[in-house]
Amino acid sequence: MSGYPAWQGRPTLGVRIVKGVALAFIVALVLFPLWAVVATSLADPQQVIDNGGWVIWPERLSFEAYSEILAGGIVSRALLVSGGITVVGTALSLVCTIGLAYALSRPRLYGGKPLLLLVLFTFLFPPGMVPLFLVVHETGLFDSYAALILPFLINVFNLVVMRGFFQSIPEELFEAARLDGAGEWAMLRRIVLPLSKAVMAVVGLFYAVAYWNRFFEAIIYFNDQTKWPIGTVLRQYVTGGAALAEFGEAGTASPQSVQMAVVVLATLPIVIVYPFLQRYFVKGVLTGALKA
Amino acid sequence: MVMTQAPPEATAQTGPPKPAKRRHVNRTLYLLLLPGLLYFLVFHYGALFGNVLAFQDWIPFLGVRGSAWVGFAHFERMFTDPLFWSAVGNTVLIAILQLVFFFPAPLALALLLHSIVGGTVRKFVQSVVYLPHFLSWVIVVALFQHMLGGAGVVNGWLADLGVGGIQVIGNPDLYKPLVVAQVIWKECGWATIIFLAALANVDEQMYEAAAIDGASWWRRLWHVTLPAIRPIIILLLVLRLGEFLSIGFEQFFLQRQSVGAEAGEVLDTFVYYTGFASGDFGYAAAVGLFKGVIGVALIYSANKVAHRLGEQGVYKS
Repeated sequence: MSGYPAWQGRPTLGVRIVKGVALAFIVALVLFPLWAVVATSLADPQQVIDNGGWVIWPERLSFEAYSEILAGGIVSRALLVSGGITVVGTALSLVCTIGLAYALSRPRLYGGKPLLLLVLFTFLFPPGMVPLFLVVHETGLFDSYAALILPFLINVFNLVVMRGFFQSIPEELFEAARLDGAGEWAMLRRIVLPLSKAVMAVVGLFYAVAYWNRFFEAIIYFNDQTKWPIGTVLRQYVTGGAALAEFGEAGTASPQSVQMAVVVLATLPIVIVYPFLQRYFVKGVLTGALKA
Repeated sequence: MVMTQAPPEATAQTGPPKPAKRRHVNRTLYLLLLPGLLYFLVFHYGALFGNVLAFQDWIPFLGVRGSAWVGFAHFERMFTDPLFWSAVGNTVLIAILQLVFFFPAPLALALLLHSIVGGTVRKFVQSVVYLPHFLSWVIVVALFQHMLGGAGVVNGWLADLGVGGIQVIGNPDLYKPLVVAQVIWKECGWATIIFLAALANVDEQMYEAAAIDGASWWRRLWHVTLPAIRPIIILLLVLRLGEFLSIGFEQFFLQRQSVGAEAGEVLDTFVYYTGFASGDFGYAAAVGLFKGVIGVALIYSANKVAHRLGEQGVYKS
């Protein structure tokens, strides 16, 4: 069963045991904290209290923590806000990234080179926190959900990945379409988009993950806490340790279970899209890295 | 604007040119790129212009036009501000710790992953170690608190064993090792991707020849593997050095308060607390601008060094 190359031979038993233990340890290091959070969120309140705030193996499953935070309080609202920002933001980001990447990938675009440099330069000098705050202030985006979308509309890395992919489409396809009388718009719709499903999936998912995970901006751009996305709520009352009562939610579930349930709900969408993401991202990252 | 101009080189293209048609073609392209271009102009170049705040006593109510100009006063204050230098010190120290402990970790993990022959095991381990990259810093910090906090899992185990607990979270002395451990936990797996691709490209025949010459595993690593992936190691090292001061913001923002400013303040959190907590926006912008300019200088010089070493570097020319 050995798939080792002939020149290498099969490593000794000792080496294989050491490697196996190292790998198991690394996997456990990643998965165990996630498991501990899920277990604590699902544990019976009494067991959590008896055990001092955490549970590794719930004796009896209890969904009280989830039913409490999903009953329509700040966490439920925050999940809706995050979901909305993620869906709208990802759609807008994809449309704008595709448009810009396609235009900049066409060899005959007049002024294409300076425009590309204009865009790439921003990679070298990202906007500072205070100047960006000034722009959001001046454009009147305060307390608007747009403040969590528009300042992050296009990611230069995603743009470079997509432009690189568009450039790899054989020029003959465009020539053939041009002979058929197709304009740039028709070529984008009939040639480029059908060929780019994979790269659009991975870039779209990168955007979606980024929108879902964003939390800091809501702190400085929103005065109104009811507009907070889930990350900001999580920060306030899990890592920041604010009392639950502050959010008008006190029930029979143990506070630790409720906290961990919020962590689980903030993580779950990522874990759900992860297998889809995984099929494409290695390729996406590598093309991007080579181009950059 | 450019939009009305026809491309001068267009006549050199294939097929019989129709001037009217070509102009139309360009209009479509400019329409497609317009939203993206507007985004960069407003939120990147607008923000670049927004750095004028660094030379003002900006008051939100008065705006840029109404606020008083102060010249280089914020920069003068910065150079004599012990709190600023303390933030610089913490940033540099964390950056060095990241370079020493975080930079080699993915290379070691990639070598380990590369040596696994079983496809299923390797795929599984890769799926697991890439996952934390996609979790937000809030979640990562929450996980670390649950595991290592005063009432966390590890301290619970230690108590069961009858050993005294260790205070990791909120301990100024352990803060720097903690943040480096967190970044390794979150990003180490993800960072192996590029190393793994480089390892997959190493010529098999080189290994074979080395093995026939009787080279041990260590000698093959030293004389075949590492020289073969040297360009990519240097490239990543250059990228890292170029972003030396960009150690991240959210991670430190989330935990700075638990250990206090002396141990936990880094440049980005200094900007945040000066600007948003104390309302001293001009001074905060000056510190941010200073960091940005140093950052560009670092990338530029790191790239020069890479060229000197005969590698391609981050950008050409």
